[in-house]
Amino acid sequence: MTAALNGEHVATKEIAEKFPDSVVAADKSAFVVKSKSLYQVAEFLKNAPGLDFDYLTNLVAVDYMDYFEVAYHLISLKHNHSLVLKTRCHDRDKPVVPSVVNLWRSADFQEREAYDLMGIIFDGHPNLKRLLLWEGFVGHPLRRDYL
Amino acid sequence: MTIRAEPFILNMGPQHPSTHGVFRMRVTLDGEVIVDLEPVIGYLHRGIEKLGETRTYTQIVPLTDRLDYVASMTNNFAYVLAVEKLAGIEVPERAEYLRIIMAETMRIASHLMAVGFFLNDLGAMMTPVLYMWREREKLLDLYEMVCGQRLTYNYMRIGGVSQDIPEEFLPALKKFVAEMPRFIDEYDQLLSLNEVVLARTKGVGILPKDTAINTAASGPVLRASGVKWDLRKADPYSIYDRFDFEVPVGSLGDNYDRYWVRMQEMRQSVRILEQAIVQLPEGEVCARVPQLLRPPIGEVYGHIEAPKGELGFYLVSDNSIAPYRFHIRPPTLINLTALKDMVVGWKVADLIITFGSIDVCLGEIDR
Repeated sequence: MTAALNGEHVATKEIAEKFPDSVVAADKSAFVVKSKSLYQVAEFLKNAPGLDFDYLTNLVAVDYMDYFEVAYHLISLKHNHSLVLKTRCHDRDKPVVPSVVNLWRSADFQEREAYDLMGIIFDGHPNLKRLLLWEGFVGHPLRRDYL
Repeated sequence: MTIRAEPFILNMGPQHPSTHGVFRMRVTLDGEVIVDLEPVIGYLHRGIEKLGETRTYTQIVPLTDRLDYVASMTNNFAYVLAVEKLAGIEVPERAEYLRIIMAETMRIASHLMAVGFFLNDLGAMMTPVLYMWREREKLLDLYEMVCGQRLTYNYMRIGGVSQDIPEEFLPALKKFVAEMPRFIDEYDQLLSLNEVVLARTKGVGILPKDTAINTAASGPVLRASGVKWDLRKADPYSIYDRFDFEVPVGSLGDNYDRYWVRMQEMRQSVRILEQAIVQLPEGEVCARVPQLLRPPIGEVYGHIEAPKGELGFYLVSDNSIAPYRFHIRPPTLINLTALKDMVVGWKVADLIITFGSIDVCLGEIDR
């Protein structure tokens, strides 16, 4: 059984001392970091011995109207445990989140999809263009205010 | 004197017989050798995620049929498992077993199709496919018995399955399970040591282990590269912990290994089916679940081992009758991330079979 790591536990024990002021919120299922420290935290989670999150299985963006949330479902194939990392951005006109393609290439298509359908700009993505909709399409249909 | 050649850009698809649907590859060639490749998708995009936000939880089940339409029953399964996890619904024992029976027969049906068309891509036009379809047809007959459909089944419900199996189902399934190992032997005899198959697939389209993990490849593609990762064993869902089966693993990660892993998985699925038929209990097939289900506020990510890889559903509930966010993690879209790595340096003809060995379904890539 894949052990789901306690987000609060990881955030206070591992992340808070390494990256002070990066954690915004944490609960049992996940923890949220500031978007500007996302890449560093993700890099740490990938390489830290004992965590070894080598497999980014799912990346999803959610529009909560007040902010966008991007969730990263991470798994370690080595230790068979999982963790949910999240980040938020409040700027509706230009939501920017650092890209994690350099860490996990599986983010490539998924970040393009989130850009295409939700309008989130992944800073540092090598080829950030629409994935499912055609070039020239106006708007981002998965936003809650898109009609 | 050196000859300077300009790179040549070839658009393969979207209407190309070997792209298994409306898929386009923008291939940069140097002569016949592939230098670069970019998949272009979206031709079958129907906005299923957006549609899901305006449907009730129950109404989404038929939408999931339209994802991977070669294995629609497993899509139903993944979705209802995610909703049940979110709403905390208990499923009756008999329904659990029926779901396992459907999921494993579906895996066989999907792998038969994958192997058949893989041989098609090799140039063995339609003959191997028809051998595979001979058995797949029997499975479609089984599905027709339980739900009246042969493609989009809509059989599973939140809390169980839509109806109990008719009395002619079990004898037909037992017959299939008894016969199938012999048919797999037959495919093995025809294909596994076939000189042409070996020459075209051994050592071609290699996906190294670390690339497979980094690109989050899943299913047979990941296992062919030597990673023993099967969600049925690694994160057992439903009642998979009650069955005894092996996880076949390849070594090199080439086209042959991906073919071989699928052949072995069919044998393992038959083993699971044998056990499930013996253990199948009597009883209810669906829990009492309200038609307008309102799961508590929260979110869930549920994943299962679909025939093509890890199929995940991410649901956010705001305690209303429709999900606030409905996201699908399609296995084959993410398996395609590594396609470029597998084919650069090989020739166009190898691209066709390497793409075939991933076993894609555009219904779930484009959604």
